[in-house]
Amino acid sequence: MSILDEPSVEGRFGEFGGRFVPETLVPACQELEAAFRDAWTDPTFRAELNQLLSEYAGRPSMLTECHNLGRSLGIRLILKREDLNHTGSHKINNVLGQAMLAKRMGKTRLVAETGAGQHGVASATAAALLGMSCKVYMGAVDVERQSLNVFRMKLLGAEVEAVHSGSRTLKDAVNEAMRDWVATVSETHYCLGSVMGPHPYPWMVREFQRIIGEEAHAQCRELLHGEDPDFVVACVGGGSNAMGIFSGFIDTSTARLIGVEPAGGAAVGRGVPGVVHGMRSYLMQDEYGQVQEAHSISAGLDYPGVGPEHSYLASIGRAEYPTVTDAEVISAFQLMARSEGIIPALECAHAMAWIVREAPKMQGKVVLMNLSGRGDKDVGQMMEILG
Amino acid sequence: METEFRAKREQGRKLLVPYVTGGLTGWQQAIRAAADAGADAIEIGIPFSDPVMDGPIIQEASQRALDAGVTPVSIFEEARELEVGIPLAVMCYYNTIHHAGHERFAYQLVSAGISAAIVPDLPLEESGLWCAAADAAGIETVMLAAPTAPDERLPRIAARSRGFLYSVGLLGVTGERNSLAASATALAKRLKAVTDVPVLVGVGVSNAAQAREACLVADGVIQGASVVRRLMDGGPEAVGEYVAEVRAAITF
Repeated sequence: MSILDEPSVEGRFGEFGGRFVPETLVPACQELEAAFRDAWTDPTFRAELNQLLSEYAGRPSMLTECHNLGRSLGIRLILKREDLNHTGSHKINNVLGQAMLAKRMGKTRLVAETGAGQHGVASATAAALLGMSCKVYMGAVDVERQSLNVFRMKLLGAEVEAVHSGSRTLKDAVNEAMRDWVATVSETHYCLGSVMGPHPYPWMVREFQRIIGEEAHAQCRELLHGEDPDFVVACVGGGSNAMGIFSGFIDTSTARLIGVEPAGGAAVGRGVPGVVHGMRSYLMQDEYGQVQEAHSISAGLDYPGVGPEHSYLASIGRAEYPTVTDAEVISAFQLMARSEGIIPALECAHAMAWIVREAPKMQGKVVLMNLSGRGDKDVGQMMEILG
Repeated sequence: METEFRAKREQGRKLLVPYVTGGLTGWQQAIRAAADAGADAIEIGIPFSDPVMDGPIIQEASQRALDAGVTPVSIFEEARELEVGIPLAVMCYYNTIHHAGHERFAYQLVSAGISAAIVPDLPLEESGLWCAAADAAGIETVMLAAPTAPDERLPRIAARSRGFLYSVGLLGVTGERNSLAASATALAKRLKAVTDVPVLVGVGVSNAAQAREACLVADGVIQGASVVRRLMDGGPEAVGEYVAEVRAAITF
């Protein structure tokens, strides 16, 4: 039986997922689900999206084998280069799909949340390309630490609003984007950036991101002479880049799937099932169900929840969700830059940090890592940290 | 609550339900003042870290209460002391219930003397587990209906609603607006046509005049941000004065 199925009619992956939204948004979610089903089975839509992905986003993204790091760690280390996509991360795959879908639904405006700014930049880009207006909500803390991306969004014509409520990071940006959507639902599409939120988002975003895994699976077979990697590793905040690459290996290989969470935002590692942002999933919360603040060096992973399909994969044991510390991340970030000439996004440095730590137990194995974004946006922050 | 609301409606009275954030400074006195000034029931807000249906005023009130260490349990303990002679309802986000456990939460409400629950992020399709526990405990679950709902959806929501039916006045979150949205009376009219459950308009009914306008069609109104702002700015007396003003305006 296939694990990578559609969720149930209620949008459940096992006992996770669902559609816990204000009544105002229920018809919007139903309409979106119907529109996505229709588009996703429409060869014309698929062809148009594929054309954008190849001619605009630069797909397929290539594989790079890290010979230097591989040698020193005693493993074969292969990167899936989503950092080389237009706008610098995997986020563009999802955003082009959703923006095309929104346009097909007659919507004229996109709202989006963003943590590190990569999804915001991708949304602003797609809006510019397709002639839509775009408003991006970003936690005030993140506006501060990702000022370069804030300016990029503005250059692209988007309006950026700093969110001052709650922990002033990604989770609060999601709240504010949902409040906007509740008030503007007739003309606005909420362009959610990860495999989270109410049904159909977790499924729809996975479908838009599974191209990462499908390409990587075929590319690995070629590089490895018909073999699959032993490990597939990705960082997890909401979890879209991880779901994207896992999709290519869940059913078609026995590779161990590793989703690396930050120690301060370990939804699967430290959370218990809860309901926020429209979904039932693992969630960091206190004894009364108040959602706790995540703390991570990486704005993109600073999220106390996780996409429901990850909770499901964890619950059935198909994927594992270890954590790494900020200190391990900083050192992995530098190691990758110096050994391979690649500056990773701080998010992806989490995956790298796990690989570095666990390499002694993986000697001789093949490790595929999703390098989901480039680190240009993090250089300013690292300059402060490293003095 | 529903029996009492239906009886009052029979007598030609419009129903007035002020909302007060639980645990906010002066909240118990505000509830007493509101009851004395002519409220028919009180909606007690249980503060939540991520209130997606609430605008800036109720967000701020929730945050103040949370910062002061307020918990659902502390609110229930204090609610038990209220004895205001009108029904009490809670407005809480679903994770508060989910985390406590459905049966346990329903039992906590009963023990606190609370008769109804409004859960703004629990739509019809997800409400089964909670409604079963609430029904079993005798807690009335008030469902919300929104202007975006297609006609076929409204009777199904109304059929599952107990206590009253919450008619969401506009597309948007709680908060005060300059005028009553046209959607407020339009939706109330659509609901009145398909149900005899009392229909109360909430979200965006911001003053006595707007309450009167809504009550030309609906069976009553919920007053949220306008009450909470007065409690934060003027204290419990200001809430009492305001509730009396609204009561007068909706007495036809």
